[in-house]
This record gives sequence, structure tokens and C-alpha cells, in this order.
Amino acid sequence: MNQVVLRHVTKRFTTRTMGTVTAVDDFNLEIKEGECFSFLGPSGCGKTTTLRMIAGFEDLSEGEIELCGRPVSIKAKNLYVPPEERDLGMVFQAFAVWPHMNIFDNVAFPLKIRKVAKKEITARVKEALRHCSLDGLEKLYPSELSGGQQQRIALARAIVTNPKVMLLDEPLSNLDPKLRETMRFEIKELQRQFGFTIIFVTHDQSEAMAISDRMMVCDMGKIMQIDTPENLYRHPNSRFVHNFLGESTFINVVLRDGHVFPKGDDTQPIDLPIPENAQSEMVIATRPNAIRLTKDTGYITHIEKRIFLTDKTEYLVPVGEQLVKIQTPHRVVFAPGEQCGIEIAAPGWYPPEDKEAIAERAKRQIF
Amino acid sequence: MAGIRFRNVSFSYGDKKILENFSLDVEDSQIMCLLGPSGCGKTTLMRCLLGLNKPETGEIYVGERCVFSREKRVNIPPERRGIGVVFQDYAVWPHMTVLENVCYPMKKHGLPKDEIAGKARYALEQVRMSDYAPYLPSQLSGGQQQRVAIARALVSSDEVIVMDEPITNLDAKLREEMLIEIRQIQKNIGTTILYITHDQEASLQLCDKMAIMNADGSLSQIGTDEDIILRPAGRFVFEFIGVSNFFRLTKKNNSWCFHDDENLQYPGTVPDEYSSCVDMGVRPNDIVFDDSSQVRGKVRRSVFLGSEYNMFIDFGGQEVRVQRSTFDDGAGTIQEGADVGLKFLNPVFYHAKEA
Amino acid sequence: MFRRKNTSDLAAMEGRRLGLDGIMTGLSFVLLFIIVVIPIFMIIYNAFFYQGKFDLTLFTSVIFDKENLKAMGNTIIIAVAVTIFGTIMGLFYAWLLGRSDIPAKGFMRALFTIPYMFPPFFGAMAWDLLFSGRAGYINRWLMHTFHLRTAPVNINSLGGIIFVECSYYFPFVFMQVVSALERMDPTLEESARIAGARQSQVIWKITLPLVKPAISAGALLILISSLAHFGVPSILGFSKNIFTLPTMIYALINRSGGSFEGIRQGTALSILLVAVVAVALVIQKKVLSSGSYDIIKGKSMRPTLIKLRGAKYPLLFLACLTLLVIVVVPLVMIFLVAMVKAYGLPLVWKNFSFSNYQKVFASPATMDSIRNSLFLSVTAGVVCMFLGVMIAYVINRIRPRGRNVLEILSILPYSIPGTVLAIGVILAWSGAIFGVTLYNTIWIILVAYMARYLSFSMKSASASLQQVNSSLEEASRACGATHTESLRDITLPLIKPAMVSGFFLIFLPAMRELTTSILLYGPYSRTLGVQIFALRDAGMIPQAAALASVAIVIIIICNAIVTWITKDRKGA
Repeated sequence: MNQVVLRHVTKRFTTRTMGTVTAVDDFNLEIKEGECFSFLGPSGCGKTTTLRMIAGFEDLSEGEIELCGRPVSIKAKNLYVPPEERDLGMVFQAFAVWPHMNIFDNVAFPLKIRKVAKKEITARVKEALRHCSLDGLEKLYPSELSGGQQQRIALARAIVTNPKVMLLDEPLSNLDPKLRETMRFEIKELQRQFGFTIIFVTHDQSEAMAISDRMMVCDMGKIMQIDTPENLYRHPNSRFVHNFLGESTFINVVLRDGHVFPKGDDTQPIDLPIPENAQSEMVIATRPNAIRLTKDTGYITHIEKRIFLTDKTEYLVPVGEQLVKIQTPHRVVFAPGEQCGIEIAAPGWYPPEDKEAIAERAKRQIF
Repeated sequence: MAGIRFRNVSFSYGDKKILENFSLDVEDSQIMCLLGPSGCGKTTLMRCLLGLNKPETGEIYVGERCVFSREKRVNIPPERRGIGVVFQDYAVWPHMTVLENVCYPMKKHGLPKDEIAGKARYALEQVRMSDYAPYLPSQLSGGQQQRVAIARALVSSDEVIVMDEPITNLDAKLREEMLIEIRQIQKNIGTTILYITHDQEASLQLCDKMAIMNADGSLSQIGTDEDIILRPAGRFVFEFIGVSNFFRLTKKNNSWCFHDDENLQYPGTVPDEYSSCVDMGVRPNDIVFDDSSQVRGKVRRSVFLGSEYNMFIDFGGQEVRVQRSTFDDGAGTIQEGADVGLKFLNPVFYHAKEA
Repeated sequence: MFRRKNTSDLAAMEGRRLGLDGIMTGLSFVLLFIIVVIPIFMIIYNAFFYQGKFDLTLFTSVIFDKENLKAMGNTIIIAVAVTIFGTIMGLFYAWLLGRSDIPAKGFMRALFTIPYMFPPFFGAMAWDLLFSGRAGYINRWLMHTFHLRTAPVNINSLGGIIFVECSYYFPFVFMQVVSALERMDPTLEESARIAGARQSQVIWKITLPLVKPAISAGALLILISSLAHFGVPSILGFSKNIFTLPTMIYALINRSGGSFEGIRQGTALSILLVAVVAVALVIQKKVLSSGSYDIIKGKSMRPTLIKLRGAKYPLLFLACLTLLVIVVVPLVMIFLVAMVKAYGLPLVWKNFSFSNYQKVFASPATMDSIRNSLFLSVTAGVVCMFLGVMIAYVINRIRPRGRNVLEILSILPYSIPGTVLAIGVILAWSGAIFGVTLYNTIWIILVAYMARYLSFSMKSASASLQQVNSSLEEASRACGATHTESLRDITLPLIKPAMVSGFFLIFLPAMRELTTSILLYGPYSRTLGVQIFALRDAGMIPQAAALASVAIVIIIICNAIVTWITKDRKGA
């Protein structure tokens, strides 16, 4: 069953400097029950606005939203259910735990508002705190706790009402990297036990990939691609998605006589099958760790520069007029200046860069 | 041009000893990265060099000039040590324009006007800030402010510049750019740079040589990036520089075993210098899956991060971190709960730590 | 290699460090001792010792005096009532401007801070003109129109005093709460909506508790200010024999014609006032330290404003009406009466003239008072500005042992009621210490102003110094500047804005000061406030109003200058 459905959801803002901006342009989404779904994109892509429309904090300009089979926003009929009646759980980036209440009262608040019996409140709060490893801290105040623990309070407060849908708005970006990893795991664990649906908003691609069953990549108010993390990473449908999902190596190539020549070198071709519909100039997209470094097979070149990183070695090798970045484990050792070969497995093919798109993005960043 | 020499420098805050008989040579015209965990005393060392802290013992030389010596009772005040400095929080003076910031040190040193103008122009060119000379710092981004700080350091001294975590406050992309620029500037001018940081990645990318400081303030290793990565001098360096797994191997019946278990033999070789017990360190991306291996574990968790899979393997109760590149053969086919054989490439061996 | 001005490295040996730091530290301690410690000591000594012997008779007789007890009761009633009504009023308008979609917010906000600018006793004068017994303009009009026998509203009462003080003190709570609401992370409220709370529940359960620290901070400020307040009760209360502790102290000393006996009685009464204020201060300290939490976090997003819908325009009307009553009416009244030929004449065109201004400016006493006030405000402002910077630098940067003492000493006088401080200064500088006699000269007022306002510039400089990271100074040392040069080239220019605002923080209130000056002035050292008060006391009400209107113009001009200076400044 689909738990969250967006149909033609559109949001337009009017700002003083930019005129009307379409922050969210015709979003259509179906998120299944029990799924962990991420909204991923650079700032200004519309992901947070979409989440706030689902939560009921923003009005729609067009379209409709359905939660658990019940319409909550329909612009055409002027239907709008306020946030408190949408039965959602939500966790914010800045924790938003109430500093004037102790932990018990923070977590008990949603139940008290719903006028649940006292005994049941105590039991359910205890249960929620246990699930978030906060047992025994009931009497403490948020200011006495670390950032990670505060975010756990927010989680406990969100699960205590047993909501069907949980909205997470960059919940981990205020935590340090190590804590982020554990919290990510804990959120997945809670989902396993309670079976709620998660919508997770983030701009961090590896975080999104680590947590999601499916994810949506959006850019400039448009959905670019929706798929599982692995499919997105391995088969991005556009240069933007390819670049956004991880470190990318783009090589400009010229197709001539059925061969692929790197730009600036018309003597040595790269051994690659040419896709259909290819133009005479193309860009092949791959990743630094997808290029294999060999002694003497593949496209022969040399090591221009070697940079040691903590967990890998980075080599820069000239391919035609470009320097291509390759990453290997430390155990693959080439000396600077040494001859080497490179082999590229299954790259993506895209037409050369579109200048207008770049300008458009720069404009939106300001807003 | 000048190098820097620390000789037996000691310093303590109250009862807490920060540095004890610390000695280090920074060679002329090099970038030396002083790398250590936070709280190891590297900032104290920098402040001793600048004259902002007074060591209890020892001597500090800049080139041939003694700037501090306990025995000779020399303690040159900061303003006459002739060391350029770049602080983490930029410390550009907000009430002066970019140009005024850069000219200030030269005015204080009493240079003639036309020389000041020429040097300031050159320094601003070096950090690519010439167009911003009349701006106030509040009109600049963090990266630009840090460039101004670097230009100011360049004109305060053409011998030695100290940088204390200069890129920590910048975002990831800008950090990388700044590192490349600092490297380029050093190449153009040939100043000696002492770069102080806790960021392993940055110091690997930047340094000619790096000195790794232990948490207790002593030096663990001095060497090039290649030395540090391929030949770490000790367990501390190996662990500090990246993620690692450690296995305790014990000798049973003349063969090396995991977990004191005779039936669980380590298939590789251990250097002869170890007799009964040894710790083996392996990087997560140096553990590969090999079905023929007798050393077996169970995949407890596999997290897809894009460029790689992070896996947590249950190996007889011990958690082992394994990192597999997404483009390795068969990557992505291994599910959580699968039984896998482990092969250890590129191991390092250290004397067993007391349990 | 760079040429160095001084090539001798040996000069840089140990122990040479910084005569400058030592001098500043010593000077700070000595000056604070003279300005603050001596007067306070003199009050305590004179209250309990008589002719060198411990003597409680005076103290007990003053304390158990029926009139004095009555004054104490009045003081407390007024202060508590002003605190309660002022807080409610401040809170209501803070919420209206901070969280609702009422129009013209910026404009109203600016107007609501106006009462800050003017001394409450101007307001008291204006209201007295409108509602004092049978003479007040509005009272007369009401009696005439409705054929009443008695005056319908009597401003010369506890209620009247409370009303006028309220209209001047409610901005304390208003400002505190508005800024708390603005800095508050909106997700704190949004998460309560998600938890199932309705908008009204969010206000009661989340918003109000979160701004509670701001409310109590403002409320206690009102309480303490009102306890020590002199102007309003003196103007509205004297004619009906309504006294508060500060006005009682003044009356005692005034009645005795400035004799030592009168001053001694005032001293004993001061101890009573200090005790009452001290209780309030203890409560303040306790409340403020217990309930402060961090409500500023996260990405700044504009909070969802509450739609007032139908109530929007009625509430806007109410807010405008309030502004009209508390801001516009008193000001207009003062200008109108200033033009009228004689107090009591109807306010119609034919009765208007500029003769009052002519009289005011023709009187040498008035011109003297303006000159005195300007001299005192500028001198106190400049001296305190540098003193404040020096003490702030010692406390924040040099950090010597005993810096807490320095901090307490420089802030303490502000908590002491102005009346009490004046008595301390009289006792200290009437020949008791080294035979120095400043009484009846302008210098004694200057000393009192300095004690009273030093904390303003000290706090302003201190806050600014904390913003100036010490690495800025260290960077200049490394660039070749000596300690003194770093101070001159880096630190001082950076805190210059704070010094300028520190100057005006002192200059503006000193210009209109009444409470201490009224006890300290001599024949040739009247201040502007004292002169207005004296003219009114002598029945020359239109002339008092004329002088007050001059003061208002001066204050408005100065405020405009401050806004202009603080507005376009970059780099800080």
C-alpha cells in the first residue's frame, strides 16, 4: 500500500528580488508502507519545502497530498489538515527538544496533549526511552545532555505516538561524523521494530545511500531520478545525478572511425564500445575507483602525480589533454613518472556540458 | 630563508606537563606538517615559537638566530621574532582594508613606502586577492579572509611562516583549494612553513615532511608522506593515520593462530622477530573476500556508501571492518548474513599491547 | 631580512614585561575605591555610628517612624503594581509584534521604545497638567461637560503614580521578550504542532515557558527601577502628601535645609531603601541564574505568524491608541502648555505666545542649568568612556587576581538607588575625607554621575572586548607591533564603536538626570532636571514646560545623532 502520495505538487514563492520562483515543480511520488525514502539534492532543490508541505507547515500552490490513504492537502478543493491532525512523527535538524521540560515531559507531551491516561503515559514513555537508549535519564533536562542524546529525545518523542509516517529533516547534520553513523543505524533499527515509513531529507549523498530503500534526487525544483541507491549510483540518468552521487571523473572524448579518442590525443584510442546515438563529441563519466591501473594494458600513459590519502592513494594520469584522477588502495604502488595503463569499465555517456544549466544553478544558489 | 630548531623545549600549564624536552628540526624552504591529536601540545609549541608562551627549558632558533634560550636568558618579544603567522580564525583586522592589513607589518618594521607598496602588491597577487585591496574583511568570504591572513604572513616574514589549522573553518571544497594554493605559494616564494593540524588528510596532501605527535606530546615519526603511509613507524602512527583492524596472533605448535585457537591458523607469514604473541594491523580495504580461505566470518552489516560498501564482519566474536570498492568484482552481491572467507593483504605487525 | 627598529635582543630579557598592564590594573583599583567604596562605606558608617560610637538610636527611631513606614508601604505597593501591570502590558505587545501578523510592525516597534528616551517625570508633569484635581485640563473639561462636582480622575494618587510609571517602564519587558521571540528557533513550536498541540496550546505550553527567563529579567528590572524611582512620585505625590522612600529621603533633607541632622536621618532611611532593593536584587540573581536556557539554534527560518483574522484591526487600533496615550499625549501637552501665557488658561490660539521661552532663555539660572548639564554629561560621558574601557580591559585581558572585585565594584553603584548614592557622595565629600569639600559645587555631581553610570560604559566595552578575539592582538604582535602599539592600532579601534555608544549611554541619561542632582545641587550648580523641577515647584508651570520642551528637543537631536552614528558603521 502507498502511505504517502504526492500528485502534481507544486510550490511557488514570490520574492522581492527574484520574482516568482517555482521551488517545487510538479512532484509526483508514491512512497510505500515501511519504506525508507530519501529526498536528496543540493540546497534550493525543493526537498525541504516538499517535506514541509507534507507536514502541513506550507501551503500548496497546486496538487494534492495523501497520507495513509487520507487526503490532507488538496489545493483545488481548498482542503487543508493542520499539522497536529496529520498524525506524523518529525525530527528536526536543530533537535527542537523543549529546554524547559525534562526528558520525561518532552516525550510525554504528545500523549498528554492527546489526553492519554496517566498510567499508560508512564508506560509508553518508558518504552520509547528504552528503544532510544535513554532509560534512567527521565529526570534530566536537555541542556545536561549531548547533541546525540538530544536527538534521541526527539526520536523518542516522535515514536511515542506510534505514527505511521516519520519525517526526518536533516536529523544528523548537527552531529559529528562518528555519531552520525551510529544514529543512522539506530534509526534503521527503530524502523525495523516499529515499521513506520521514513521520509529522510538530506544533502549528504552517502548518508542518503546508506539509509534509504529508495531515494529521489532533485535539482532546481525538479525530480531528476527516483530509484534504489545502487541503481542510482551505477546507472544515473544524467550527468547531474552522476556528479551529485559521488566523486566523478569526466573525460571529454572524440569519436572517429569507430574509435574513442580522448580529446587532445588522436593517436591512441581508449578501448570502449561506442553506444548508439552518440554524437561526434561526447563525455564519458566514470569514477576514480572505477578505473583500473595496470602495468601495460589498456590506454598507456604515465603517473603525473601521486597523492597519499589516509585510506587510499590518488594518482593523476594524463589522458589526452586532461588529467584523470584514479584512486587505489595503498597497496597498489606506482612511482611518479612511471608508465602505466588504465582500463575503464562500463562508463556513462553524456553529451558535452550545457552552459545554460550551469548559469541557472548559480542563479538559484543566491536565492 | 631559515629553518626552525626546537631544542629540549618543555612547557606546562600549572601541574600539567604539555611538552617535555621536545626537539624538532624544520628544514629550510620546506612545508613541515606537525600532525597530532587535539590536546597533544602542538598549539602550545607554536605559541612558544611565536613568543606568546614562555617555555620552562630549552632553546628555539629561527635560522641562526636564537629567539629563546633559558640558559642564555634570551626571550625575544613576539614583535621582533620575524615570524609570519596564520591563525585558525583568520585574525584579519576588521577595521582595516585588505591592503591596510597587508601593509601593517611592513610599516611596523619601518620599511620605506615604495617598498611596502611593491611587496603588498606581490603578496596579494600570490593569494589572488589583488582585486580586493580596498575591501573590508566583512565584505569577504571566509576563504578570502584566510587568503588575506596568508598574504599578511608572507610580508611579515620571508623566512618562516607558522600556520595553525588555517583551513579548519572552511568548507570541504574550499579546504582542498586552499591546500593547493598554499603549496603553490610556497613553491613560488620558498618560505619555510610550519603547518600545524590534526587533519591527517590535509597534512598528507600538503607536506614535504610531516612530524606526527603522540597524545603525550612526544614525537612518533618524522618522514615524507610516503614514509608515513607505506612505512608507519609504530602502532600509534598506523592507527592515527587511518581506520584499522587489529588482530592478536599467538604462536601455538609453531604456527600463528587467531583467538588462541589452534585450529584457526593465520595463513601468512609473521616476521621472525616476534616469538609468542603479536598484534597484526590491517586496513579495511586490505581485507578481501576469498572463498578458499580457512579464516571465515559472517557479514553482520553491509552499508552502501556509493563508492564503496562498508561491511562489518563477525569474526569469532570480533568485529572486523571491511571496505569494498563498488567496482570490485562481485561487490554488491554479498548479502547481510553471508558466510565469507577473509584474506589479509599488506599486514603490519607490532609488539602485542598489554591487554 | 627586515631592518628592525631596535636591534638589541638583550633588551628583551625576562621581567621587562609591561609596565603598562600594571599601571592600568592599579589605577582601576584605586579609582573604583575612591568613586564607589568610599561613599558606600560612609553611608553604612553614618547610619550606625554617631560621633565615633556604635549607635542604633537614630536608626531605630527612623525605622519605626509611622510616616516612614507608610512611605515604605507606598514604595512597595507602587513597585509591585507597576511590575505586574508593566509586565502584562509589555508581554501583550511583545507577542502582538513578535508573533502575530499585525501590520506596521517596524513602525510600532520604534514608537514603543520612545518612553525609553524621556525621563518619566516629564510624563508625570504632563499628566499632572491634564488630571490634577480640579485644575487639570481634562478634569475641568469633564466637569464642565458633565456638570460634575468633583474631579473625575485624580492623578495625584497611588493609582496615578502607578499608571505613569507603568507607561515608562513597560518597554523593559517588551524589549526583552520581543528579542527572545525573534531569536527563538521556530522548530521548537513546529515540533509541538507535530506532537498534536493546537496553536493556542503551543502558546501556553511552549512559547510562554520558553520566554519566561526574558519576562522575569524584564519584570525584575521594572521592580528595581520603580523601587528607587524619584521623579514621578515627587511630582504627583508631594501635593497630596504621598511619599515613597526616595521622595521621603529628599523631603527629610530638604526640610532640614541641608543640615547634618537631616542628612543623618536621610542616611538611616537610605539603609531601609537599600534593604528593600537588596531583596529585589537577590530575587533577581536567583531567578536569572536558574532559568536561562538556550533557545537559539538551527537554521534561521521565519516563524509562522499567527493570523489574527477579524481581531487584526481592533488590535491594531488598540496598539495605536496605547501609543497615542503614552507617547504622543504627554509630549504634545508639554509643548502646548509651554506656549500658553499662564497656567490654567484654555488651550486656544489666542492664549498662545512664545513669552515663556523668552523668559526661560532670559533667566541666567536657566542658561546656567543647561550649561551645567551639558558640561556634566559630556565630562561624565568622556571620563567614564575611558575609565570603562580601562577597567574592561583589565578584567577581560589582563585578568589580575581580584578581577571579580573590580567587576562587582563597577556594576554595584547602578543597583544602588540614586538617592542613596547622592547621600553617600555628600557624606564622603563634605570634608570627611582628607578635608576635601565638594559640597555645593558642580564637582560633587560629577563624582556621583561617574559612580552611577560607570557600569554602562564598562559593560559596553566589556561585551565588545569579548568579541575581539585575542588572536587579533597576537597577530599584530607577530607582525612586529609592540604591546602598546597593538593596543593603539588594533584593540582600541576595534572597540571604538562600543566606546562611542558607551559615551551616549551615559550622556543621554545624564542630560535629563534628576534623582541624584536634586540632592546635590548648589546655588551655582543646578542641572536641567533640577531647574525644571524647581520652576514647577515655584508654580511657574508654563516656564517649566517650556524648559522641558527644550530638553525634549535636545534629547531627540542627540538620539538622532546616535542612530546616525551607529547605523552606517562597517567592520565591527
